[in-house]
Amino acid sequence: MNMQINRRSLIAGAGALTVSVVLPGGKARAAVFGADKRPPLIPENLSSYISIRADGGAVCYWGKMDMGQGTDLGCAQMVAEELDLPIERVDILAGDTGTSVNQGGASGSTGIQLGGVALASAAAEARWQLVQMASKHLGVPADQLTVANGVVMSKTDGAKKVTYGELIGERFFDTQLEWNKQIGNALFVKGTGVRKSVADYKVIGTSPLRRDVPPKVTGTGDFVVDIKVPGMIHARVIRPPVAGASPVSVDEASVKNIPGVQIVREQAFLAVTAPREYDAVKAARQLKVTWSDVKPPFPGHTKIYDHIRAAPVIAKGGDKVVGDVDEAFKNAAKVVEASYEWPFQSHASMGPACAVIELKPGGEAVLYSGSQKPHFTAEGAAAMLGLPKDKVRGIWVPGPGCYGRNDAGDAAADAALIAKITGKSVRLIYSRADSTGWDPKGPASTHKARAAIDKDGNVTAWDFSSKGFSRLDVNSNESQPHDNLAGHMTGVALKPTHIFNTPEESYGFSAKRKTWETVPPLLDRASPLRGAHLRDPLGPQIHFASESFMDEVAFATNTDPVAFRMKHLKEPRDLAVVKAAAEKAGWQPRTAARKQASGDIARGQGIAYAQRNGTRVAVVADVEVNLKTGKVWGRKITVAHDCGVIINPKQLTMTIEGNICQSLSRCLHEEVKFNEKAVTSVDWETYPILDMSEAPESIEIVLINMPNIVPSGAGEGTMRPFAAAVGNAIYDATGVRLRQAPFTPERLKAGFA
Amino acid sequence: MAKITLNVDGKAHGIDADADMPLLYALRDDLGLRNPKFGCGLAQCGACTVLVDGVPTRSCVTPVDSLDGRKITTLAGIQKDGKPHKVQQAFIDEQVPQCGYCLNGWVMTSVALLEETPKPTDKQIREALTGLKCRCGTHISMLRAIKRAAQA
Repeated sequence: MNMQINRRSLIAGAGALTVSVVLPGGKARAAVFGADKRPPLIPENLSSYISIRADGGAVCYWGKMDMGQGTDLGCAQMVAEELDLPIERVDILAGDTGTSVNQGGASGSTGIQLGGVALASAAAEARWQLVQMASKHLGVPADQLTVANGVVMSKTDGAKKVTYGELIGERFFDTQLEWNKQIGNALFVKGTGVRKSVADYKVIGTSPLRRDVPPKVTGTGDFVVDIKVPGMIHARVIRPPVAGASPVSVDEASVKNIPGVQIVREQAFLAVTAPREYDAVKAARQLKVTWSDVKPPFPGHTKIYDHIRAAPVIAKGGDKVVGDVDEAFKNAAKVVEASYEWPFQSHASMGPACAVIELKPGGEAVLYSGSQKPHFTAEGAAAMLGLPKDKVRGIWVPGPGCYGRNDAGDAAADAALIAKITGKSVRLIYSRADSTGWDPKGPASTHKARAAIDKDGNVTAWDFSSKGFSRLDVNSNESQPHDNLAGHMTGVALKPTHIFNTPEESYGFSAKRKTWETVPPLLDRASPLRGAHLRDPLGPQIHFASESFMDEVAFATNTDPVAFRMKHLKEPRDLAVVKAAAEKAGWQPRTAARKQASGDIARGQGIAYAQRNGTRVAVVADVEVNLKTGKVWGRKITVAHDCGVIINPKQLTMTIEGNICQSLSRCLHEEVKFNEKAVTSVDWETYPILDMSEAPESIEIVLINMPNIVPSGAGEGTMRPFAAAVGNAIYDATGVRLRQAPFTPERLKAGFA
Repeated sequence: MAKITLNVDGKAHGIDADADMPLLYALRDDLGLRNPKFGCGLAQCGACTVLVDGVPTRSCVTPVDSLDGRKITTLAGIQKDGKPHKVQQAFIDEQVPQCGYCLNGWVMTSVALLEETPKPTDKQIREALTGLKCRCGTHISMLRAIKRAAQA
């Protein structure tokens, strides 16, 4: 530290004087700028976000991570832009508590919107600092310098130049940023350097290719399940047959033939370990357990909506009311009313969650996890290990997909508990049933909508209310025992945040009321139906209801659904997506279901739209309905998408495509089934998702670039209005209005009858 | 425990294992291969797919003692001279994977499809790939990639 201070004061005292030193093995340096050791990893340090390599390229450190949509690449592009480096010379390291500050992990599609914007701001400051250093080194005032490709040079004398690498390569920025004192998504930093203006963008708006694709395709990259650490044992958990039950006795003799098996039990938590993986699998299957007799806690999925409607209200909320809604309904010539229902849905990640805990000497540990929030997840693991949180490093490694608060955090906490009890490093992977059956769920909900219509057919009021389970029975940050199954099973009850949402739109009705109510969780701990964030938390539920209802109101007022939206939406960007989607899809105006059928196949087209945290999306679905089987095919999907300035059009397009197929899966197939005792959707047969045979024939995506508007998220926006677009298309095809998701053949056929 | 010989990617490997142990565990744990992935253990998703005598096979439900004299090919074995297989190259060019966990099954099944049917129709591709799961919803780009590989 003294050395560093001395050098800095030397430079300060020497003014523009250049000090040349030779580092061992390095080339002559321009000057000694920065620090030779990375300053502490704290939000106010510039070094926490950016460093310069010996070759003058940059490394940025991102406290979020990418789940395969290329947001890391997008952030690297934003940093490259500010540093005037080609994208090839900017690397990004993500999701490691040892290298990045906590920017909240993958969360709410804010990778670029918040995480990238913070990095870009830090990069603008890094560029400013580099120019100051170059000014001192070259003896040229900073305003006489220009930067290109990581070389700072005099505007008037091209011979006067210095590279980033020569200035501070392999050393570290030692200056600070103004930090907004927020940790997580809201973290923002700012320095003296200002970001470039849009007109100067060279890297933003281009489509370099993702770096994680080749290793994934050639199978040369590690997933969590590929991590091996010294002395590691394999673990499997054993969940109760009735939710809420705990093991009363365990028959050790039932697994004694399996080499090295160890039974791990603490209160309701039960697991087995073995040195060989398949032995742990066998032990979990073979172990005889007597479970406590508990009252089955669930109503069963067929009664869930009746349960919600009858359940006590635990919290309520809503948006600011516009106009006098009740008065408008009193004076209405006609009232349109409808109710909608959305089931519990599972993350059903491609593979069950896996976590590795490596115990290190000196009371330290490393967590390897595919969780979206390694900073918080490592804290959750520390809590189960009984270690201070700064003693557990969390390293994100690609997992089997993650679209919210899935089972990854539970696996991390389980693995930590097992490591603590056994004193050994552990790799835990769930079974398929542990994953689909026990992951946190997107909550079930009911929705009521009413519209008041006057005698001339104008909409004079809209009243929308939701009642359902909270989206935060367990917190996405998974850092507390009450947010993890391991915590619940060792005696800690849920501490839910009771929260629901309202439709996000710009309908300009003169009176408007949007409210919500939540109901108590079905079980106070260790519930396989605990509500949590699943890709666009509550968005598909709410907008399925609100945008299906807009279709109903449009027809009730003898208006075409696109014209209805064009008439009532107020924000120009919303109008633009609706118009663009309708045009691209070849929208055919109608004021009633067209019911176009030939033979057994009926064809229909539906539209829906939504905002999401700055992003606006309109979806037109062209579907085919088999009138004999009730099967729906989302044949052609058109999306118009505005998420502000576009960073990488190719990856944005791919992200929307993924949203389309996952949305189609959720609205056609997905419903978590459960009886009174337990979840019965436990694998791909009992929780089917979209099959290749059902993938759309074509997808049309209109990207609307808004260069002067800050970027907003794209990971979830399309998911929001999607189900309503499909439901509205089914109505157009058949005249059957489906008000309960998913749109299964059984529900279609019941509608035909 | 039984002594079992597995012919994987052109090499014979001797392992000690329960006769009924699924091949997946032998490949991942005994041979140290990481490409076949555990997705369900129920032959419902295809993440664990390998080719057995050229036929896509779910290694998570295939007992190790059923493979005597059979030729097992994994993702690591389809590359030639260190270069990606044309299916892999097409998946890279089309930027197919998101999380990438399922990818092994799609690539291996596509390799087998193009061996059998070098110029498949859209319908043939969809049929050949039915039953595989992709949760990220990359179906459309996969269709593009396989068509691209068929042209290569």
